[in-house]
Amino acid sequence: MTRDRRFSTDGGDVTGKAEVPAASDPDGRPRWLQDVIIIGEATITVYGLFIVLGLAVGLDFNGIVSTLQQVTLLAASFALVVLALNLHWGYTGLFNIGVAGFMAVGAYTMALTTAAPDATFPGLGLPLWIGIPAGIVAAALVGFVAALPALRLRADYFAIVTLAFAEVIRLLYNSSLLREFELFGTEFGTGGGQGMSFPNLRNTISRRLLYVGGDPEAGPTLVGRPFLAVGDALELSTSVVEGWAYTAVLVALVLVVFVLITRIGNSPFGRVLKAIREDELAARSLGKNTDRVKIKVFMVGCAIMGLAGIVWQGRRGYIDPNLFLPIITFYIFIALIIGGSGSNTGSVVGALLFAGLLFEGPPFVQRIVDATFDLPRTATLYDGVIALGDLDPMPLLGYTVGELPNLRFVLFGVVLIALMIYRPDGMLGHRNEPASPIDLTKERPPSERGSSTAQGGESNE
Amino acid sequence: MALAAGRRYLTGVTIEQWFGIVLLAGLGVLLLDLARRLVLGDLRFGTFSLFLWRGLVDGLIVALAAAGLSMTYAILKFANFSHGDLVTTGAFTGWTAAYVVGGTGVAEFGSRILLNANRGTSARELDMHLFGAPIAIGIGLLVAAVGTILVALAIDRLVYRRMRNAGGIPLLIASVGVALALRYLIVFVYGEQTRGVTRSSPSLEHGLVFWTDSLHVHQFTLVVIGVTLMIALHLLLQHTKLGTSMRAMADNRDLALVTGIPTERVILMTWIIGAGLTGMAGYLVVLEQGTLSFNTGWFLLLLIFSAVILGGIGSVYGAIAGGLIIGLATNVSLVWIPGDLTNVAAFTLMILILIFRPSGIFGGVETA
Repeated sequence: MTRDRRFSTDGGDVTGKAEVPAASDPDGRPRWLQDVIIIGEATITVYGLFIVLGLAVGLDFNGIVSTLQQVTLLAASFALVVLALNLHWGYTGLFNIGVAGFMAVGAYTMALTTAAPDATFPGLGLPLWIGIPAGIVAAALVGFVAALPALRLRADYFAIVTLAFAEVIRLLYNSSLLREFELFGTEFGTGGGQGMSFPNLRNTISRRLLYVGGDPEAGPTLVGRPFLAVGDALELSTSVVEGWAYTAVLVALVLVVFVLITRIGNSPFGRVLKAIREDELAARSLGKNTDRVKIKVFMVGCAIMGLAGIVWQGRRGYIDPNLFLPIITFYIFIALIIGGSGSNTGSVVGALLFAGLLFEGPPFVQRIVDATFDLPRTATLYDGVIALGDLDPMPLLGYTVGELPNLRFVLFGVVLIALMIYRPDGMLGHRNEPASPIDLTKERPPSERGSSTAQGGESNE
Repeated sequence: MALAAGRRYLTGVTIEQWFGIVLLAGLGVLLLDLARRLVLGDLRFGTFSLFLWRGLVDGLIVALAAAGLSMTYAILKFANFSHGDLVTTGAFTGWTAAYVVGGTGVAEFGSRILLNANRGTSARELDMHLFGAPIAIGIGLLVAAVGTILVALAIDRLVYRRMRNAGGIPLLIASVGVALALRYLIVFVYGEQTRGVTRSSPSLEHGLVFWTDSLHVHQFTLVVIGVTLMIALHLLLQHTKLGTSMRAMADNRDLALVTGIPTERVILMTWIIGAGLTGMAGYLVVLEQGTLSFNTGWFLLLLIFSAVILGGIGSVYGAIAGGLIIGLATNVSLVWIPGDLTNVAAFTLMILILIFRPSGIFGGVETA
């Protein structure tokens, strides 16, 4: 029951459906509360760090709130994709490293649907509420196409085929062939390597949310009123409030996706997913059509990745193929592995920690050092080492600090390696838990089963 | 009777085989179209032969690196995502050596050792082409092999050795970490800029080999060295005790262990040979292309993987064949598609062939 119990409570919303008593830890807290506490602790850690760093840089209150907003936005964007990847890999064992490609399909479809027909690279000029679902559907359909060849393959072939698929998608959007093209008599254009513009998502969505009819002159909406009131009380600038409004939408999306994926994982369908992950042959011999299940789950995950591509990379009102390089996929993987694949809570925590500590942290530290100390920065490593020979470590240190934005990639690599060697299950990984709802490793009298399994696998490191 | 037999035969055809038939038919159509274009003169014969020649050169580069990847895959049982960055490592170490040797007395040491990071040493100044600095370039090739071997052995010791029995996917993920760390350590040392490293290749006038009348010496060197290395690899695998041990280990590791093959030593030798080939491939890529950046190998990685997968992961001969197919596909596809989609053609070809044969063309033979 261990594995299933965790999933049934991971989202915190499905206790009503669970047929066994709600799990609780030794303190008597239900599992969903524990999950909330874990995510809360991670958030506080990251926020605390950025508040301290922000104070060190000398940011005012407005600046700190704005920094926190950027970190939250990035973390929520990561969390969306990490959750989708968790559905693929953590639940089903599909090693998809083409995430960036599906994000690109979502974002570009949305862009082509909503871009103005008279722009340099024209689109259909439809409103966002059509464009966003269109992007999601397109990503799911491309996921379907990608799943067909990939399903017959071994895990490592599958990985490379998905990566190649993502690159094919990116190179197509990058190509001069699609820079401007005509379809059914309508002009389209992705702009090739130049990228393309469309109505700014961040502004449109946040203004729609805050003001009546999306017009700042027309007064606040019901949702906008408390938002703007808080913003006024704290004397925040309008752009920060609007940024937070967009971020809040993303956080809400994360919540919805979290609940959705937890539900999926807890359903009979979800048990088939876990069975496929543990032993596909066994699942098939039990009469499950694993191919069809895998295609379905692949499409659902890709749809969420498409959504994430839209709200994350498309937030500026501008996208280009460089936003969808394979490195994005690896970011997502690192975040998932930090959190622990198989756990939705872990996915969110991993996204928070990755976005905050690893991704945004080092450049921020560099800013602080630059602002605080006057380190001599040499042009090359060699000059730094020569100065070290004269017993002056400062130039080398300055060079290193200047390279921090690059060195963080080394840090990503080292973290990934260390996790794989020492903690392959990540912080909250549940991958070793069986797909079976019954703990098969221990024999217990039937009377004990309900209560003991409810506490299965308890350490929440 | 014949009809019934034919029908029975047709019902026995699987989806894969149907797809293979369609694929072959598509290939046939393309070949016919190619012939038509050549006959009608839409496509000049010289242009087409140039595509073929470039395909061979690119294919050999990919094949050389793919052979290294395939060997490590066969023995260590994981898809090594840091392989592209080993290619880059070879290029940087090798060309640094070539600059240090070739630029003695011409440029200051600090600029040479960081491969012109401060733009103080130009390839023109050092006369960096095969006829201008043959000794420096020869030494560079050796250092590329040795440097890459040392880096690969260090990585194996630090990372992969601790995970020998961890399974393919955890090792794959760890290798992604290695790839990131290695690539950005190179950035830390050498900087981010793309640099021109060699002068343009001298050329030989000829009327023999192909239909174009001049041959780039650097490309020719690459082909000669590439083919030599592959023959050497073949001899090593088939006619030495080490080769036999490696093939045995690739086939069945446990059995190899039981029969007394020193597996750790075979792994060591695998890294040495595989990384050596890879490093030299990286060095030769730069000799041919003239430019070098920290992404050089990473951009090649998917092509290398495509080659390895086409051949069937683990089969060295398959990897070589796959490399040549990929090289030819990327170049010959220029007949039909614009230049920025050639890699798309290669990847699509890989995906299509995998539908037809899910374990690669030479699939199933995981014997180096």
